Amino acid sequence: MAQIFRPGQILGLKLALLFVLGIVAIGVVTVYKAAGGPVAPGDAAQQPIPFSHKHHVGDDGIDCRYCHTSVEKSSFAGLPATETCMTCHSQLFTDAPMLAPLRDSAASGKPLRWTRVHDLPDFVYFDHSIHIAKGVACVECHGRVDQMPLTRRGASLEMQWCLGCHRHPEEHLRPREDVFSMQPARVTAASSPELLRLLALVPERRREDCSTCHR
Amino acid sequence: MPPVSRALWRSVDEPAAGSDGHGPHDAHPLEFSPSRRDFMRLAAASLALAGAGCSPPAEEITPYVKSDGEPVPGVPRYFATAMSLGGAAIGVLARSDMGRPTKIEGNPTHPSSLGATDVWAQAAVLELWDPRRSQTVRRGALPMSREAFFSALGARLERLRARGGEGLRVLTRYVDSPTLEAQLRAVLERFPAARRHVWEPLHRDNSVEGARLAFGRVLEPVYRFDRADVVVALDADFLREGPGRVRYARDFAARRRADGRAGAMSRVYAIESRPTLAGAMADHRVALPVAGIERWLAQLDGQLRGAESDDPRVRAAAADLAASAGRALIVAGESLPPGAHALVHALNDALGAPGQTLQYIAPVAAAESCTASLRELTGDMHAGRVDTLLVLGGNPVYDAPADLAFGDALARVPFSAHLALRRDETSAAATWHVPATHFLEHWSDARAHDGTASVVQPLIAPLYGGTSPHALLAAVAGEPDADGHRRVRRTWTLRQAQGEREFENFWRDSLREGVVRGSAAAPVSARPRGVPYSPPAGPAGWSVRFVEDASVRDGEFAANAWLQELPRPDSKLTWDNAALLAPGSAAVLGVRTGDLVEIEAGAARVRAPVWVLPGQAEGAIAIALGYGRGTGVDAYPLRASGSPWEVRDAHVRRSDGRHAFATTQEHARMEGRDPVRRAAIADFEAGDFDLGKEQPEESLYPEWRYEGYRWGMAIDLGACIGCNACTIACQAENNIPTVGKDQVARGREMHWIRVDRYYEGDAAAPRTLFQPVPCMQCENAPCEEVCPVGATVHDSEGVNVQVYNRCVGTRFCSNNCPYKVRRFNFLQFADRESESLKAMRNPEVTVRMRGVMEKCNYCLQRITRARIETEREGRRIADGEVVTACQAACPAEAIVFGDLNDPKSRVIAAKRSPLEYALLGELNTRPRTTYLARLFNPNPDIEEG
Repeated sequence: MAQIFRPGQILGLKLALLFVLGIVAIGVVTVYKAAGGPVAPGDAAQQPIPFSHKHHVGDDGIDCRYCHTSVEKSSFAGLPATETCMTCHSQLFTDAPMLAPLRDSAASGKPLRWTRVHDLPDFVYFDHSIHIAKGVACVECHGRVDQMPLTRRGASLEMQWCLGCHRHPEEHLRPREDVFSMQPARVTAASSPELLRLLALVPERRREDCSTCHR
Repeated sequence: MPPVSRALWRSVDEPAAGSDGHGPHDAHPLEFSPSRRDFMRLAAASLALAGAGCSPPAEEITPYVKSDGEPVPGVPRYFATAMSLGGAAIGVLARSDMGRPTKIEGNPTHPSSLGATDVWAQAAVLELWDPRRSQTVRRGALPMSREAFFSALGARLERLRARGGEGLRVLTRYVDSPTLEAQLRAVLERFPAARRHVWEPLHRDNSVEGARLAFGRVLEPVYRFDRADVVVALDADFLREGPGRVRYARDFAARRRADGRAGAMSRVYAIESRPTLAGAMADHRVALPVAGIERWLAQLDGQLRGAESDDPRVRAAAADLAASAGRALIVAGESLPPGAHALVHALNDALGAPGQTLQYIAPVAAAESCTASLRELTGDMHAGRVDTLLVLGGNPVYDAPADLAFGDALARVPFSAHLALRRDETSAAATWHVPATHFLEHWSDARAHDGTASVVQPLIAPLYGGTSPHALLAAVAGEPDADGHRRVRRTWTLRQAQGEREFENFWRDSLREGVVRGSAAAPVSARPRGVPYSPPAGPAGWSVRFVEDASVRDGEFAANAWLQELPRPDSKLTWDNAALLAPGSAAVLGVRTGDLVEIEAGAARVRAPVWVLPGQAEGAIAIALGYGRGTGVDAYPLRASGSPWEVRDAHVRRSDGRHAFATTQEHARMEGRDPVRRAAIADFEAGDFDLGKEQPEESLYPEWRYEGYRWGMAIDLGACIGCNACTIACQAENNIPTVGKDQVARGREMHWIRVDRYYEGDAAAPRTLFQPVPCMQCENAPCEEVCPVGATVHDSEGVNVQVYNRCVGTRFCSNNCPYKVRRFNFLQFADRESESLKAMRNPEVTVRMRGVMEKCNYCLQRITRARIETEREGRRIADGEVVTACQAACPAEAIVFGDLNDPKSRVIAAKRSPLEYALLGELNTRPRTTYLARLFNPNPDIEEG
């Protein structure tokens, strides 16, 4: 049988194929990067004030809920009002230049504008309150913020990562009183029945339903 | 009893079975046909864009500066307020998401609502956030500042004071606000020579004059349909029009269910000139032009007095009424003349209705004749006796009776100001236009159909710096205090003579409950006097009947896309009105649906497209008011002050041309299916009935067991009045976009729950049946089997969920859905540009993109909220804790939702009824949503058909 393509044509075809493959590869890489969100894991976002969780949580030992007040009752954990910051900072570091935006906000009544570090797509409906109620500690998703001078996103926040825990929550739950602790979980003989109860409350399939997070 | 006849149909033009009936889907080929070069360009551009994907922008979080802990971000709050419409208010609970009003629910403690709403209350949030609302004061066409208007008004008032206000007139709609009433009085005190006028296009002048004839003073009836065994409705759509409609629907539906008590079901006779919801619910319906209804009433009167009517239905109805004395009720509609209203008062009195099935109260808002009031005003305007006119709401240039020539009269007024939400005809003709505040933006008060007062509290600061009618009148009355909150409080401080502490408690309770306790109007006992009544002889020519539109009312809501796209209950038309003609009348004129007719009455002529509507009275043309601005036909030019509801002896002839309608329910054929099952109550109680239920086939697969919740729904077709409140409530709750007339014509409407309308019997006098159809949530869902990407799947509670982020838009699922409840975003229907509409949306529901399928999901967001709240407390969701949006809005409580695994749930109780059946049950889809068959209570003495 005679050859269909001449050698020159074969080269052309190969080059064309390579071109298409290249574009697809670029596309895949860009989409993957884009899906990761504006702030890559491990990067510290640009913030109006270089707020340090390490200082406030690690050094001062302030409870998460002092600032994130609605974490137990709402889907949104809440960010502190300027007023909340000023409870201390009207006395402490009153003229630190890095706190100038805070003082401006308090004086002008204009809110601070923080950059979101943990940002989920708009079709994902995450609820803080239920995770807290079920014994998922802050540290499970947000990492050791008490060791972060600048807040970084530790987890990928990809669906697979969420599902990992939804499928096998056993290793990630802790007694209710330890939820806000940064230390590793201490499951005792006394607290384990409570954890079992929490696990039993929702059927396993429910935790993996699309409708649990998407609607 | 023979099995139910399978003879349901939907339109007179329905293709006969077996014929090649193409639906309108096929009639619209793809209009986009690019050339080869265009195609290559587009292909290259999309490739380039795919490569240049960019990451989403970084999002910001802006916390409060000061916060007392409320509102908690992510937790909606509800505030009780009230929405006034046509001189009566419905109490509502408005949901506030971080300060943004996003949804209206009914207020369970309010007597006009009892937790339900009508379509207009549901559309109120779009009304508020509509980006086309007027945003600036104008003098003529010139944008001006608010201050400029008030200083011009102030200067004007200074001069008016010198002559006691002579030449000052204030025109309002029906006033149901005690505060506004007090302010109007204060204005007249300050300007003794000034006058106030009232104009409501959908007025109740005939009722007012009828009461005056009967009682010598104006009284309003408040009906108790829950106590009525026999109801005769004379051209009265008490389920959709007039004050109390939502409450009446609840009371009425309570007597239309099979609850096991013998004789519990009411019997309804409707004699009407156009199809109404009340007529569709009736056991016996007679379609007559208004003059015919008047004669029917006179015959009924004669029969009750002992004469013998030759109409068997009159005889039967009279016998029924007489046998149910004390439990009977006759309701007269606004189209009947005052004399007929007076006669109905006398008949009700003779039947012992007062104190039982109705109660008279002093009028809430309609205390005088609007037409007389407006006639006096326009007369003075034409005569040059008016030099300052303040128009508070309404749009009289558009909707005043044609013979009063309000527009011409307005041109003679040197200073006129129109307060309105939108810049409309009257705004353009007045010298000043002032943007008004929406009721969710100002403090006020309002009275319900029974007189109960509510405080109207704002949920948001005026979006565009609007002026409330109270603020405008305060400026006229020279009130020093401009604060709306204090003004309304003052009204109630004066009414509640009590100490400061008690008043604070009273005020807080009134705000929280949404009603002022014990403020219902006191019943008045009055005996009507006999007024001689002689009905007119039949009209020689056509009767043209003006009707309130089910969506835009008098035209007030003509700019509201949700309402425009809501199919009208009887015709299922969207974005249009039409000259509704009975099949026989259409044959006489030689027209069919889509043809044009010219209607001539007096000096006015209107060309309108014909819609052939089964059940319309022969010889009468019904045409809805409120159109002719961008869509539909304006019927107001035909409407004169002497004939507000019906023109007799009009000339109608065929005209050239065709009109394309967009309807949601004329597509395809019935194929002999029987979607609405029905039974007579007598047969049901005797156990002698057959719904013709199909026995589903045995499945090869084992039964799936649901361990946790198992959500399900039951829809009672006996209770459903077909009002569409569910459809629009779902639209508001689930961020459902509108698509426009052109797309509806292509069958691309997006409503997740639709209300199908079927006819049974003869086209001249059919029985109308309504059936709400949401997603059936099939156990064996045909849609799931064909989705190639698993974007529609069952969740562990049996809800058939649609996963938008997985959907690639093959539309296989929609194709395979036998109920046709899946909706596809053919284009980018959701408006992602307008800022104000972003604020309107429910933050708990995804805004869908082009190319994505969507459908009812039993309000997953509401289930999820309840689940999270109860699991935080470590308990199960109790029955009634999840209420879907359609269920919450339904005035008739026709929709029940709940957990099928809870043996004590209301939904299980409903589904245990022998009337329960599944739609298209023979397909073995095993829907979770099932129906209760429609029950009738026909009079055995009447031979139907």
